[in-house]
Amino acid sequence: MTDHLNRIGVAQLGFIRRTGRWAKDAAHAVSLVRTWGPLLALQMRRLGVDSIPIALFLAVFTGIVLALLASYIFTGAVPLYFVGALVAKTVMMELGPVLTGMALAGRVGANIAAELGTMKVTEQVDALETLAVDVHAYLVVPRVFAATLMFPVVTAMAVAVGVVSGWITATSLLDLSTPEFFKGVRQFYHFKDVWFGLLKSASFGAAISLMGALTGLRTQGGAEGVGRSTTRAVVLGCEAILVLDAFWALVLL
Amino acid sequence: MIRFNSVRKTFGAKQVLDGFTLDIPDGQTTVLLGYSGTGKSVALKHIVGLLEPDEGSVEVDGRIVHEMSRGELTAMRASIGYVFQFSALFDSLSVADNISLGLREQRLPEDQIVRRVAASLERVGLADQGTRFPAELSGGMRKRVGIARAIALEPRYILYDEPTTGLDPVTSAVIDELMVRNKRELGVTGVVVTHDMRSAFAVADRIAMLYQGRVHLVGTVDEIRRTEDPLVRQFIEGRP
Repeated sequence: MTDHLNRIGVAQLGFIRRTGRWAKDAAHAVSLVRTWGPLLALQMRRLGVDSIPIALFLAVFTGIVLALLASYIFTGAVPLYFVGALVAKTVMMELGPVLTGMALAGRVGANIAAELGTMKVTEQVDALETLAVDVHAYLVVPRVFAATLMFPVVTAMAVAVGVVSGWITATSLLDLSTPEFFKGVRQFYHFKDVWFGLLKSASFGAAISLMGALTGLRTQGGAEGVGRSTTRAVVLGCEAILVLDAFWALVLL
Repeated sequence: MIRFNSVRKTFGAKQVLDGFTLDIPDGQTTVLLGYSGTGKSVALKHIVGLLEPDEGSVEVDGRIVHEMSRGELTAMRASIGYVFQFSALFDSLSVADNISLGLREQRLPEDQIVRRVAASLERVGLADQGTRFPAELSGGMRKRVGIARAIALEPRYILYDEPTTGLDPVTSAVIDELMVRNKRELGVTGVVVTHDMRSAFAVADRIAMLYQGRVHLVGTVDEIRRTEDPLVRQFIEGRP
């Protein structure tokens, strides 16, 4: 019994020590602005701008399906202008951030894990260390900051496109006019809907990129290891999105 | 001076270094020789703190590496060039950027960085290759860029991990000559991990034969050539 308690105590101390060291390393890496600063714009383009097409593609079809679904649910029960409310509200607060996050967990999380994993197994990460370059400042910080800054931008574009595609669907396929659609949008709109969605997407960006980077840097065992890390990064990224989604709903709604 | 003091290192169930003790004197090239898996590269990684010993210690200039603060470790690493077995060049950077990365971290003025990059490439015979990317280079050229990246730091020590592995004999001789020139002209202390006997005899002042995670025999090139030790003779002659 005493041995068992001792083992638990030692494990807890080890965890606290590792967490403390990790926090210290992270703070040091963030302070090295001259190392990560010049890389930030490049990562914002790679992780953010290059992700816009896939995010918009998803948003178009999300808007279409939401409009049709709302019409199916509301017809005969609720005035049809509620279609605008449902499309806008759902896209801004939930489907825009979450679906964009899921798509980017695949694209961005996998990209980061595969790139850093390959660098790890080909000793490029070791080479950075021997050149006295802070690995976290050079590889992790610019990616995490870029994803945190760019995910809300990509999500905002996806939300706009989702609402527009819902509007086009409603006016062209359903018996709904433009004023009616936007009456629904306006009637239930709160500014919180927008910042709630964007705040969530920023946290998704941070989580996905952090999972990708840390999983990549822990890669072992050649090409097979890179494959394992990439899969793991995507799975962890998706799980993180779901957990954070529930967290923000509990805290802010 | 680099000193290994009874270093033990285990990976899982495998004891790789088992009481490894060796002094590497300044101004000489010491070759670590041995069968694959005897811990040569692992020993090298301990010098720059990429690995930490389970027991024992590694000293660089009298300071124990795994007890150094972050700042001390950074300063120590800036004084050591490391040439990796597969070059470990950064794929996304040009040759010149690969070499200048470490210099930029040292906050050197830009004109000095440009001069050092040019001088390093000149030294390894790749003066006109600075704008190319690693994927566009042959294996021998990549090794030479790896050496250029190491010498650009103007280090006191250069660690070469299997520098001639996978190269044809002529390119291997070019790399050997570069290592000898680095010692003679730059006064760099070299540590070379290899199992290439021809290369070892060409570059070494001292040779340490590793066996089962510890030093089996140390001597000058002549002493190793003349030794009657059956293990070393078997290795030199390549007998099964």
